[in-house]
Amino acid sequence: MKNTHEKVEKNIGLFAIFTILAISIGGLVEITPLFFQKATTTPVDNLKPYTALQMEGRDIYIREGCNNCHSQMIRPFRAETERYGHYSVAGEHVWEHPFLWGSKRTGPDLARVGGRYSDDWHIAHLTDPRSVVPESNMPSYHWLNTNTLDGELTGEKLKAFNWLTRNRSHKDENGNAIKLYSDEEIAGATDAVKGKTEMDALVAYLQSLGHALK
Amino acid sequence: MSNFWNIWVWVLSLGTLVGCFLILRMCLKNFAGVEEGESMGHTFDGIEELNNPLPKWWSTFFLLTIVWAFGYIALYGLGNWTGLLGWKSSNQGILNIAESKAKTAEYLKKDSGVLVQYDREIEQADAKYGPIFDAYAARSIEDLSTDAEVLKVGQRLFIQNCSQCHGSDARGTTGFPNLTDKDWLYGGTPEQIKESIMNGRKAVGMMAWGAAIGGEQGVKEVAAYVISLSGRSVNEDLATAGKAKFGICAGCHGPDGQGSLAMGTPMGAPNLSDNIWLYGGSQRAIEESIRNGRAGVMPPWKAILGEEKVHVISAYIYSLSQD
Repeated sequence: MKNTHEKVEKNIGLFAIFTILAISIGGLVEITPLFFQKATTTPVDNLKPYTALQMEGRDIYIREGCNNCHSQMIRPFRAETERYGHYSVAGEHVWEHPFLWGSKRTGPDLARVGGRYSDDWHIAHLTDPRSVVPESNMPSYHWLNTNTLDGELTGEKLKAFNWLTRNRSHKDENGNAIKLYSDEEIAGATDAVKGKTEMDALVAYLQSLGHALK
Repeated sequence: MSNFWNIWVWVLSLGTLVGCFLILRMCLKNFAGVEEGESMGHTFDGIEELNNPLPKWWSTFFLLTIVWAFGYIALYGLGNWTGLLGWKSSNQGILNIAESKAKTAEYLKKDSGVLVQYDREIEQADAKYGPIFDAYAARSIEDLSTDAEVLKVGQRLFIQNCSQCHGSDARGTTGFPNLTDKDWLYGGTPEQIKESIMNGRKAVGMMAWGAAIGGEQGVKEVAAYVISLSGRSVNEDLATAGKAKFGICAGCHGPDGQGSLAMGTPMGAPNLSDNIWLYGGSQRAIEESIRNGRAGVMPPWKAILGEEKVHVISAYIYSLSQD
């Protein structure tokens, strides 16, 4: 009898190809179909695009690495929903590029942090977390108070999101896609954020989180 | 899931299981042309290679995992098939809360054939805690505020949801009110406390007065007068000049600085005569408040916590300022 397995064992290229095939099966079965499911590509009814300022705040959230310590994903367990609210659903995140679900909670989940605290609290907390939560080990982000936005690229960001969400936006009554941002909004994006501090932007972003599922 | 993706999932999943079995069977065969346990004819540094098969325990476990996988699929389903249990972790794909509730109600019915893990968990919790909170809801906040058991529940809820601003001891911090003193911005009756939590409060807001009261000198003078209202010693000249300018402050804080609550209008303008300072009582902090203005906001909690829990938290907060 011939040992066909020997071919794989003695040919590193073939072995690599078979290995890649084997480890991709899990993703092909569990992830790929999701790209094409209605349940994961339809926005929830009340999903609203970020305003120009919130969009800039989101980029600061990414820049400062907030997602390294804060998740934005409430799992369907009572222990989580009691604290954070309704579990996250796919339709809340269909416009997120990249998504900021995070995978670690050194700090609490932020998926529904919007509206839970006042703007004053967020500013005090981001400037000096221990001024309001003495046992916090979050770093201080005091420079957000003094860095200001020039808004040079804000319009481009909105344009990019129009393109990224082109197949996943809300539909009007005729079934036509509604763009996230109109041409006027894109044109006015720079003025909407120019001169605002990074703190304003980040707080605006945080306050916008979690209101889409109503 | 469309038919294509359903078939995709089925073919890849079952194909993998069958493929694993076939490869395992192939590798269990003896291809070497040498009896099991006999020498393969190689010797490396005095170590001889024997034709040993895969360990029995290993290949048996491998086979058992394949059998396990079929059992797992039978119970939990594959592709569009929900399996014998009809199990789901939660209702994903919902587009609003009403839809979420409708699905929960539908699947909780015994004959629905669907078992949503999260909904069952909540159902069990409601069966256990629902009657407790119902009983609390039927009692007045005053009554609850003297019940040690209720206060324990209230404290837990407070620490979980309120301590981030008001502190775990409820004594507040700069900009966030102390709830244990008797100095209230929006009233300390049980009803007023509950109203504050349920619907939130938004201070009408103190504007930046720096320019309107004559610049830095004006700010100094008014600050001196405000400090003098609590009986603290100040520069008399400054305070006298400040008093003359206090007229515009009196609109909200009252003619004697006794606060909006004392005048029966809960708009959040603090009492300036009790030496309790929300934003700090130093000369500098008070000047800062006058110069740039202040506007505190208490977020509404009705939608997040629900009335029953707010009722219990109100009792806890009410108890803190009762001696």
